[in-house]
Amino acid sequence: MNIENEVRVSVCNEMDVVIARQRGREIAAQLGFSRTNTVIIATAISEIARNQVEYAQNGEMRMGVVRNGPRCGIVIIATDQGPGIPDVEKAMRDGFSTSKGLGLGLGGAKRLMDEFTVESKVGRGTKVTMKKWL
Amino acid sequence: MPVPIMKQGEYLIASIQSALTDVDLLTFQSSLSEMVGRHHTRGVIIDVTILDVIDSFAARTLRAIAYTLKLRGADTVIVGIQPEVAFSMVQLGLSLEGVKTALDLDDGLELLNKRGNDEHRE
Repeated sequence: MNIENEVRVSVCNEMDVVIARQRGREIAAQLGFSRTNTVIIATAISEIARNQVEYAQNGEMRMGVVRNGPRCGIVIIATDQGPGIPDVEKAMRDGFSTSKGLGLGLGGAKRLMDEFTVESKVGRGTKVTMKKWL
Repeated sequence: MPVPIMKQGEYLIASIQSALTDVDLLTFQSSLSEMVGRHHTRGVIIDVTILDVIDSFAARTLRAIAYTLKLRGADTVIVGIQPEVAFSMVQLGLSLEGVKTALDLDDGLELLNKRGNDEHRE
């Protein structure tokens, strides 16, 4: 995937969660997303970044502009070398949480975005790709 | 960054000033709980106007603060949730069930005053 104007944020602690969602906001606002959608994108980033801090070390988020023909949007790719998710489908269901959240992390972020995929290998790590089109 | 908490009569007013980290939120929770005890507070207003994101952790903490303060004898009103933030919270599936909310500080104070009067009448 070709990401334009890519920004990288390393997500290791909760301050990074705040930084990641601020970067996302900036990109979304520059692209011309509405205020509502900018907040929605920032919230999705916050949920996913929080997962990274909670479950994995050395989380990283790459975000930027993505194009598909005439359409453009924002893409966020979150990768980590954490323990991985044994059952992704189960983890996407509401109410599923092994930690202190509300169990809305993955499922909630999915509802906020237009495209959302999770690839995960136990013992290797997790990659979340999410997009929202303008 | 710590959240300033002001005492006004029998109420406490806390205005969140910047994007809070998880640790900030937890510190905020314990200092509010302590101040409610010290000042025999009947009502607490938490102003979240400045928050541009309320994610599941923030919502859970706000709810936990309200429940904790309830057990300490104080009512909590969350004021100033921005329209975009409210919309995003609904999309995410978050609720602040059991927590009182008001549009702004004035409405929040009015809500607390009204509750105080109702209790006197009972």
